[in-house]
Amino acid sequence: MTDGPSSHTWLYRHTAATRLSHWITVLCLLVLVPSGLQIFNAHPTLYWGERSDPAHALFALRALETDNEEMRGVTEIWGHRLDTTGLLGVSTEDGERVARGFPAWATLPGAQWLAMGRRWHFFFAWIFVLNALTFGLYALLSRHLTRDLVPGGRDLAGLGASLRDHLRFRFPAGESRYNVLQKLAYLSVIVGLGPLVVLTGLTMSPWVDATLPLLPALFGGRQSARTVHFALTWALVGFTVMHVFMVAVTGVLNNLRGIVTGWARVRHHDGGVDG
Amino acid sequence: MADRGGLDRRRFLLRGLGLAAAPLVAGCDRLSESRWVAGILRAGEAVTHGVQRTLTWRRALAREFPESARSAVFPGNGTTDPGTADYQALAASGFAAWRLEVRGLVERPARLSLPEVRALPARTQTTRHDCVEGWSAIATWTGARMSALLDRVGVRPEARYVVIRCADLMSSGEAYYESIDLVDAYHEQTLLAYEMNGRPLPVAQGAPLRLRVERQLGYKMAKYVLAVELVERLDGIARGRGGYWEDRGYEWYAGI
Repeated sequence: MTDGPSSHTWLYRHTAATRLSHWITVLCLLVLVPSGLQIFNAHPTLYWGERSDPAHALFALRALETDNEEMRGVTEIWGHRLDTTGLLGVSTEDGERVARGFPAWATLPGAQWLAMGRRWHFFFAWIFVLNALTFGLYALLSRHLTRDLVPGGRDLAGLGASLRDHLRFRFPAGESRYNVLQKLAYLSVIVGLGPLVVLTGLTMSPWVDATLPLLPALFGGRQSARTVHFALTWALVGFTVMHVFMVAVTGVLNNLRGIVTGWARVRHHDGGVDG
Repeated sequence: MADRGGLDRRRFLLRGLGLAAAPLVAGCDRLSESRWVAGILRAGEAVTHGVQRTLTWRRALAREFPESARSAVFPGNGTTDPGTADYQALAASGFAAWRLEVRGLVERPARLSLPEVRALPARTQTTRHDCVEGWSAIATWTGARMSALLDRVGVRPEARYVVIRCADLMSSGEAYYESIDLVDAYHEQTLLAYEMNGRPLPVAQGAPLRLRVERQLGYKMAKYVLAVELVERLDGIARGRGGYWEDRGYEWYAGI
């Protein structure tokens, strides 16, 4: 595998619509995640069902006082307790220990300020939704979705091999087309995580629930929807972490150039833009 | 110092994980303080309000549950006892001297005693109460339908909002108040509730009367109601945003 410079060619990899929508999504997530944690902090406990019965919490970030009057942060998952002082439940703010779910550096605004957290969250939720709808429509009409993102039979046949390669940290770099794992990852965000995170968010709206009782029924209740919304957030964060990692290890400059200018260098021999 | 370094490293790693972009958040904190950024973000509320009102059925009912779905404990949030001398005197007499004043843009202003409120066409509903903080609790509410009260006093055509005046004074010394528009005021489930779970409303839940607006968040459902006032505009009342919490940055439209 000693490809000389002559075996590379320039490919217009990402259209302007894809690039713009990508960076709007980045901006939205940078606001939605920390403002969501701010909102979560107003009641840092999760439940299943319609009600929030304190005795049946699934997950909670608590501040407990020990016998020697020390405040400890405790993360409670299904009744199991974990000391997370400094990060979850209790953290340090301006040199002082304070009781709060997520620490100040992870929330927007940093201080406990639910009203402003909601304003940031709902404003950028609208941008997120409008951007997603626009991109979805574009991807359908331009056939970006069916041509580049939906895996074909040949893709799926190579799934095992691709998985093995990735697990051995042998990543394809400079390919002109998405590999099957990329296709599945992007597709699951576009048609799975993205829509679900919006729907679970809407289910928390009592006004929406009155018109669309199907929504709370679908997620098992408003408190379940809140729990799923929280879990999906971390799934999206997890996706983003993996995505950034893959970008970094498969030629960070070339990848960034691609998503900023549209142009990327690809290997000549693998088919190019035959679409 | 070593400990401090360890803490910084851990923070750095967590930031790197994409948990939050701390420098950006710090910048956003400055933005949050800025009046015009708050103004732009406020536009989100107008969009939410407009879209939700347009795309949903105005008369849609909030889900009603069987009584078996009630919460064992219903949190008493906000004021749980107004504690003023006036209120204590009223409560001591079983609210015999309490009157609901109906005033403002109405044809026939009225002062109703509790038995008179109880004599109005009533409704009983077991509904989910959603707090802005994130929790939900279910209870059964019985109360006079707001629409029946409004029909009794006659709403003047220029009236656009129903303002609820309350007996509880907040830490700032201002009395709690709230407001809803006429779409919500005439909604079938909008009540002035005097019973909770089949018993007279407890003090922690707003005795003798609290508002129920089932499709909005808990802070809209003012407790310790003293007066219902019909107005054309909200900007002349208190800080002009239509409610105690609205004056402190929360949305007037609390359907989300």
